[in-house]
Amino acid sequence: MAKLFQRPKSMFDVSTHYCPGCTHGVIHRLVAEAIDALDIRGRTVGIAPVGCAVMAYNYIDCDFQEAAHGRAPAMATGIKRVRPDLMVFTYQGDGDLASIGMGEIVHAANRGEKFTTIFVNNAIYGMTGGQMAPTTMPNQRTTTSPFGRKTEEVGMPIRMAELLATLRTPGYITRQTVIKPKYIQKAKKAIERAFVYQMENRCFSFVEVISTCPTNWGMTPKDAVQWAEDVLLPYYPLGDQKTPDSEVTEKQVAAAGAA
Amino acid sequence: MQSEVMFAGFGGQGIMLIGKILAHAAMEEGYEVAWIPSYGPEMRGGTAYCMVVIGDQPIGSPIIKNPSHLVAMNRPSLQKFVSTIKSGGVVMINSSLIPDDVQRNDVDVLKLPVVEIATDTGSSKAANIVALAAFVARSKLVPLETLKRCIEEEFQSRPKLIPLNMKAMEAGVAAANK
Amino acid sequence: MSKVLMKGNEAIAEAAIRAGCLNYFAYPITPQSEVAEYLSWRMTEVNGVFLQGESEVAVSYMIFGAAGAGVRVFTTSSSPGISLMSEGISYLCGAQLPAVFVNIMRGGPGLGGILPSQADYNQATRGVGHGDCRLLVMAPASVQEAAEMVMMAFPLAEKYRNPVMLLGDGLIGQMMEPVEFPDHLKSEPSNKDSWATNGIDHRNGTTRNLVRSLFLDPEALNNNNLMLRAKYERMKAEEVRFEAYNTEGDYQVLIVSYGTMSRVCKTAINALKGQGVEVGLIRPQTLFPFPDVAIREAAAKPSCRTVLSIEMSMGQMVDDVERCLHGVRPVEWYGKCGGEVPTPEEIIDLVKASV
Repeated sequence: MAKLFQRPKSMFDVSTHYCPGCTHGVIHRLVAEAIDALDIRGRTVGIAPVGCAVMAYNYIDCDFQEAAHGRAPAMATGIKRVRPDLMVFTYQGDGDLASIGMGEIVHAANRGEKFTTIFVNNAIYGMTGGQMAPTTMPNQRTTTSPFGRKTEEVGMPIRMAELLATLRTPGYITRQTVIKPKYIQKAKKAIERAFVYQMENRCFSFVEVISTCPTNWGMTPKDAVQWAEDVLLPYYPLGDQKTPDSEVTEKQVAAAGAA
Repeated sequence: MQSEVMFAGFGGQGIMLIGKILAHAAMEEGYEVAWIPSYGPEMRGGTAYCMVVIGDQPIGSPIIKNPSHLVAMNRPSLQKFVSTIKSGGVVMINSSLIPDDVQRNDVDVLKLPVVEIATDTGSSKAANIVALAAFVARSKLVPLETLKRCIEEEFQSRPKLIPLNMKAMEAGVAAANK
Repeated sequence: MSKVLMKGNEAIAEAAIRAGCLNYFAYPITPQSEVAEYLSWRMTEVNGVFLQGESEVAVSYMIFGAAGAGVRVFTTSSSPGISLMSEGISYLCGAQLPAVFVNIMRGGPGLGGILPSQADYNQATRGVGHGDCRLLVMAPASVQEAAEMVMMAFPLAEKYRNPVMLLGDGLIGQMMEPVEFPDHLKSEPSNKDSWATNGIDHRNGTTRNLVRSLFLDPEALNNNNLMLRAKYERMKAEEVRFEAYNTEGDYQVLIVSYGTMSRVCKTAINALKGQGVEVGLIRPQTLFPFPDVAIREAAAKPSCRTVLSIEMSMGQMVDDVERCLHGVRPVEWYGKCGGEVPTPEEIIDLVKASV
């Protein structure tokens, strides 16, 4: 009888250290499935962030480099420029990518570096213990915003997918989530698609994944899913911001406008 | 034996280039050489100067307080450096831009309107080559044949400019020998 | 290969290519931008990689990524830029990655100035970044030596799996001197298959490689630090380089000086010889490891009464000179900063005052 469900080959047979209700494990799995599906384990290099996923290399079985906080896109640039034949992905959280690493991600995206970024947005710093992130929601309480995020002091949360989509160069920018099974298949397709664009040497590809952090949100896993759906998804709408094909359409529009 | 030449003028007069050509020629003659530029914001239109050190021994200090010779392409350069030149040195003055006389009688002063001379040979832009050639003719630091070869080599990538610069060199030598 | 007249910055760039390093990432900063300008076209000629990064911070991680992928890679910068790269340098040391950093020093602190300086001595010789890290630091005194040291730096970085720094001052970068390039480096980059993330298939392997510097277990981190320390101790035993000048006979004064400053000292020493005053010079060519033994032995000569550390800084190397003398001779510092370079005349006066 054929096995319908099994551990991806590119994952180690170990339990993760993630908290109950955390979505990192699901996202790791989707990445490993994409690596398996494209049969690229032998030429893939992952870059682990500083954050809860720093030890992603304990779960995903391919070559890995461990980044300094926020610098993964610069490291991916270095690898990809000297070894364009390697498949490179960065796996970054919201503090890592949208705060300390804002410069690196914007410039790598704008250069159109041919690597893939998996951006896990759970609206809070996880590993350091629940501090406010650039993606923390208005009035959301964290250990450094105990009275709730005051937007008049620190501004509104940053929508990274939309921000990067304002750049002309990067080709594939999408936002997905894995908080419910109905979303997971779409997220899986998006991650695969991102790797395919890289494989075809087409463009920089960026998949934002809206996630949960029950521990630091102070919620049960079930409530966390509900909060993500009620509060995060309206502000962080799912779907493609940009695809290489839409870029073609844009060019056609520009040409039509000029004519 | 060591000689030091200070080339000084405005940014854009080709000061750095003629210093480099002299250093190159001296290297071809088998001397030890160093070319030391002023660098920084003054590259964009302010004072520019470079020092060329030529010796028969490895060159020690690249910092020279009292150079042997001066090629002054503008007035501030002459005012700034003329008193530092060693006794017996050549002081070449671009009289197209410098009306002053030198109040020293222990240096060999060579005053030439290098801009007018260059204009007569085809382009005022070659004034730096006129000055270099005149200075070398007077100071005899390197043979003129070697200098000529190095000027040609410098303009190799823009061969159209070679005849003009050759003429400028000849005019500079002739003016110095007058 | 005949002699060519080249700026130090350009010679450094060309030497890297001749050392088989075809990968360069950098951010512009005076007084070393000519390296990037030169390599922007030269790397195209040799099918190499040239990329201007968005900041020195990013560049230091482009270097990390490329070095981690197992290729020869280098960057160049100047003092404030090196401070920004210090984070990446620490990570490279921690992850044991070979790379070459060139610092063409300018005056500080802060923005300081753009003129020559040796004020980053402490930063370079104490490892630049956080944590117990060290770099092998080489200090050229001429354009020729800068080219030779660049070519030595890559194999040394690979031998130790550690960053190597070339520490020159603005004059070394800006000055033109004749250069005769050594032949292309014969040595191939060392086999990096045991650690580089160069792709499992690329090394015909089955197990993955991991490049990292995180050790949360105290015993594991202590062991990593001990291993790094052993490496730095091995550098001290095997890589000390220095030049001894005028030390054969007797001398009353010993000067310790490096880089451009040492050339000024040589001019002063030659002039003093003409006046009947003998002065010895030890010129460290490696600043880490420091030539402790050579300086101690030269200072211990019975005729030698005093040792001068002459630097374009406010007294940094002097600490190392004092450290290695174990008090056998008095040590004095002399120096200037900000682009001011002590002249031969000043050094002559200084020596005369101390004999």
